[in-house]
Amino acid sequence: MGMTMTQKILAAHCGLDTVSAGQLINAKVDIVLGNDITTPVAVNEFKKAGFDNVFDKDRVAIVLDHFVPNKDIKAAEQSKVCREFACSHCVSHFYDVGKMGIEHALLPEQGVVTAGDCIIGADSHTCTYGALGAFSTGVGSTDMAAGMATGQAWFKVPSAIRFNLFGKLPSNCSGKDVILTIIGMIGVDGALYKSMEFTGSGVANLSMDDRLCICNMAIEAGAKNGIFPVDKVTVDYLSGRSKRVPVIYTADDDAEYEQTIEINLCDIRPTVACPHLPENTKDASELSDIRIDQVVIGSCTNGRMEDMECAYKILSGKKVADNVRCIIIPGTMQILRECVERGYYTAFIDAGAVVSTPTCGPCLGGYMGILAAGERCIATTNRNFVGRMGHTDSEVYLASPATAAASALCGYITEYKED
Amino acid sequence: MNTQGKVFKYPDNVDTDVIIPARYLNTPDANELSLHCMEDIDKEFVKKVNKGDIIVAGYNFGCGSSREHAPLVIKHCGTGCVIAKSFARIFYRNAINIGLPILECEQAADEINAGDEVKVDFDTGIITDVTTGKSYTAQPFPPFIQNIIRCGGLLASLKGGQSNE
Repeated sequence: MGMTMTQKILAAHCGLDTVSAGQLINAKVDIVLGNDITTPVAVNEFKKAGFDNVFDKDRVAIVLDHFVPNKDIKAAEQSKVCREFACSHCVSHFYDVGKMGIEHALLPEQGVVTAGDCIIGADSHTCTYGALGAFSTGVGSTDMAAGMATGQAWFKVPSAIRFNLFGKLPSNCSGKDVILTIIGMIGVDGALYKSMEFTGSGVANLSMDDRLCICNMAIEAGAKNGIFPVDKVTVDYLSGRSKRVPVIYTADDDAEYEQTIEINLCDIRPTVACPHLPENTKDASELSDIRIDQVVIGSCTNGRMEDMECAYKILSGKKVADNVRCIIIPGTMQILRECVERGYYTAFIDAGAVVSTPTCGPCLGGYMGILAAGERCIATTNRNFVGRMGHTDSEVYLASPATAAASALCGYITEYKED
Repeated sequence: MNTQGKVFKYPDNVDTDVIIPARYLNTPDANELSLHCMEDIDKEFVKKVNKGDIIVAGYNFGCGSSREHAPLVIKHCGTGCVIAKSFARIFYRNAINIGLPILECEQAADEINAGDEVKVDFDTGIITDVTTGKSYTAQPFPPFIQNIIRCGGLLASLKGGQSNE
């Protein structure tokens, strides 16, 4: 029996010719990642267990992104723990304020992660890097500590669901609408413990930013990882960027999938996930009675350059509706800089929006856009759980940058229609 | 190893944001974090929970964020065990890695009521509802995971398997 793309990468990283679903393995990891919330817990465990050194200073990445620039004194203390650990262990990929970005926008952009990698990160959205043809999955702080010390992690080899994509997305839809549609179909535990492997002729029609967004939310269906095959789009993206040589793995022709789900990209509609689960999806056009108080365009899901371009196209020369706060958060300093250079920054301000430096801030209810009781936000983020962005009586609607920007102009949820 | 206590019951898809809201994640201190355990789903939990008590829930318990703070606060509050129909995968890993006992058992999760007195034997996986007199058997962990638990967590198992017992 052949192997899936995920199984091929795992087999190569544990030194076996073949692995099969359910098998427990110890795999070598190429990158171990943590952020300003999960790293302090990992540092504590690392020290408590008596480890002296990280296994490879070039294979650990620590990104301060959740609560920075520090939102309060306690957050500052957490950043300090990360900074001191990174400094004392000479961690190469340490990103502090001024260099940092939202980790899952930053690491691919900087070429820290690449095709064929096996990556663990103490952040659930670490599954994002599957877009590059890597096996990448979220873990906790103790796994991060163990990974930093040994360069290894244990895994149960996952089975897979194959998503056969064909056709081309309508012009007002993007990767976000694809993944929200899929989560709506299979549910928040529809891929629990499994890989979501995206294949088919439609893959070629998806940009790298679309693929990163799709893999980013694989965890929202309970998946262990999401993964795309490596094609010209991937190779072009990695070219001149990847710090290590990419390795290309392909699924065997006779790979076993638990299920194959056909997705015609032509049929995708602007999709919104209503409170309080990402599976509560509806067509954006059905939600015009939902008035909104806030719009957030950003996050590890949708804070990339194409997302900014999309927001610019819709907001430029227009005004955000009265009584709506529109917060735009470019994912990295490079994206922020490009927004300035291309004139997007000014256009956003002229439209009545605010622009923040990169941060996870509002997505997880940290700061930079917290909701009061009874308030509603349409956001390009990834979770809409109870209290996720603030008060437990507030509501978050998840959508694409196009739907969020168009809704910002109307003051209620609407799909974007080109003029 | 076993635990006995009163049951707190919750539905499907209990996420890590309601277990420990991110607004409190500006500290890694378990004492401080534990004051807010389950705050956004059950404000009474922290006031009412006693050592050995048991959380019983539906499918996909612990979904969402990778924050290890979630199993940590549940354990630190004195909770003896979480029984659910299924666990989100990162929560499952984290619970094992930090030594919070968890068990999967659909029938127990369906039939045990909030407030019941329940006894769990981790060696046999037998869950006994003392209030109703019914017994259930949870799925045993694979030996690989049993070893991590026996050693007292992942890091202890890496350090040569010395037991914390």
